[in-house]
Amino acid sequence: MESKITVRNKIEVSNLDLYYGKFQALISVNMSIQQNMITALIGPSGCGKSTLLRCLNRMNDLIHGVKITGEVLLDGTDIYHSTMEVTGLRTRVGMVFQRPNPFPLTIYDNVVYGLRVAGIRNKKESDEIAEKSLKGAWLWDQVKDKLDHSALELPLDQQQRLCIARLLAVKPEVILMDEPCSALDPIATMKIEELMLDLKKDYTITIVTHNMQQASRVSDYTGYMLLGEMIEFSDTKIIFTRPSKKLTEDYISGKYG
Amino acid sequence: MRIHPRYTQGGAVAVLGGATILTLMILVFIIFFILEKGLPVINLNFLTSNPEDMGRAGGIFPTLIGTILLPLLAIIIATPLGIFTSVYLSEYTKETKVTKVIRFGTDCLAGIPSIIFGLFGYIFFVITLGFGWSIISGGLTLAVMILPTIIRTSEEAIKSVPKSYREVSFSLGATSWQTVKKVILPNALPGIVTGIMLSVGRSIGETAAVIFTAGSSLRIPSSVFDSTRTMAVHFYILAREGISAENAYGTAATLIIAVLIVNLSAYWLMNRFIAKRS
Repeated sequence: MESKITVRNKIEVSNLDLYYGKFQALISVNMSIQQNMITALIGPSGCGKSTLLRCLNRMNDLIHGVKITGEVLLDGTDIYHSTMEVTGLRTRVGMVFQRPNPFPLTIYDNVVYGLRVAGIRNKKESDEIAEKSLKGAWLWDQVKDKLDHSALELPLDQQQRLCIARLLAVKPEVILMDEPCSALDPIATMKIEELMLDLKKDYTITIVTHNMQQASRVSDYTGYMLLGEMIEFSDTKIIFTRPSKKLTEDYISGKYG
Repeated sequence: MRIHPRYTQGGAVAVLGGATILTLMILVFIIFFILEKGLPVINLNFLTSNPEDMGRAGGIFPTLIGTILLPLLAIIIATPLGIFTSVYLSEYTKETKVTKVIRFGTDCLAGIPSIIFGLFGYIFFVITLGFGWSIISGGLTLAVMILPTIIRTSEEAIKSVPKSYREVSFSLGATSWQTVKKVILPNALPGIVTGIMLSVGRSIGETAAVIFTAGSSLRIPSSVFDSTRTMAVHFYILAREGISAENAYGTAATLIIAVLIVNLSAYWLMNRFIAKRS
């Protein structure tokens, strides 16, 4: 991969511990997420991969009783520092969720939600961004004639791409995807994966997935997690062909999880 | 001995269906009974003229005014207070002992007999604050009385808004207040309106709390510091003092129709709102 020459750490996680009350869900996690790359987090249920993902845009702040120590640097700035503005952080590091979750509003109102929140009300500007975002999520052709229809009328895979468009509208730098295909059928999944590879040109993507094939198909880097620890983090090719840890190999080969 | 599921199923249908039919029958019977006796009394003259001879003759016009003004004042005061409190409790505070105590407190308040509120309103608004028997005293007392209901129903409605809406909103950079304003309140609105409607119904029909605080003057009020009489109080006085059973039923029937109209228009408005949104 030629782009490797220009790799740059977009996000750096170091010595990250996370507690839900007394339970430690993340144990001294270290990881670097590189710009314009897709990084996959894999591991069995409850291993902490979604929790780790949610640390990167401070979505865990919404849960009562969470305590976090360690550092998460975004472009070199600690996002857990007291001067960090969380709302601004979340537009820079956006999130796509497991289940497609459009608001019960029109397609158009969904896409411009983030703009309205940011105070952008100009119709022309909103229209332009909406079109660009929907095109970016490969949804424009399907919905351009029914922007005023309810988003809930769309089939699930289009709903998920609408959620991606809604995120693109706020111009994120990093896109976090939390098992974005788990509610979709194989064909829709393939489409989202192709879309991810397309989005990689402009965005840094981190994806949590249950599906090892998906990780090996789309990602450049893969982290394998188990019981809150990052067991191995490396090039996807290496993880799936010659992992250095026995635990990783067991999981990859299907002996575990 | 084990009874075959077919029979238990049949038994369940009979019991559940029977309960529903019985409830409906009681409801229909009450409404039918009141309307049958009351409707013949109601005509335009009855609704628009002043009562004569303590209500023995004439109409109920002043009590219509009172019945509109008191609940209206109560709703205007209690709705924002109740909604703001429920939003604060559910969106801005974490679940702690204090919020549990507040919640328990509102539940207890909701169960207190209305005459206690009447007594409180009499001592506090009428006497201590010196508002006298007046629309303002009655409205404030009704507001205090319906506040717990509005808080609890609004809170339930807010809680029933899917958690994912909040997550998405926050993940797109919205603040708590933006999330409340743009996502939570619009989606909780049907539930909130239902709570308000229950409260309107309760205040329209309230007698004990009103008679102690708004008095029972039959004159048309000229300010909020004047006493007034609601239809419920009028009905109570007509029936209790044996003034006129005929006019009492007429008043009761008007009251039932008023509640029906309020509820139907609220549902109509709400459906229009929902249809417009999706």
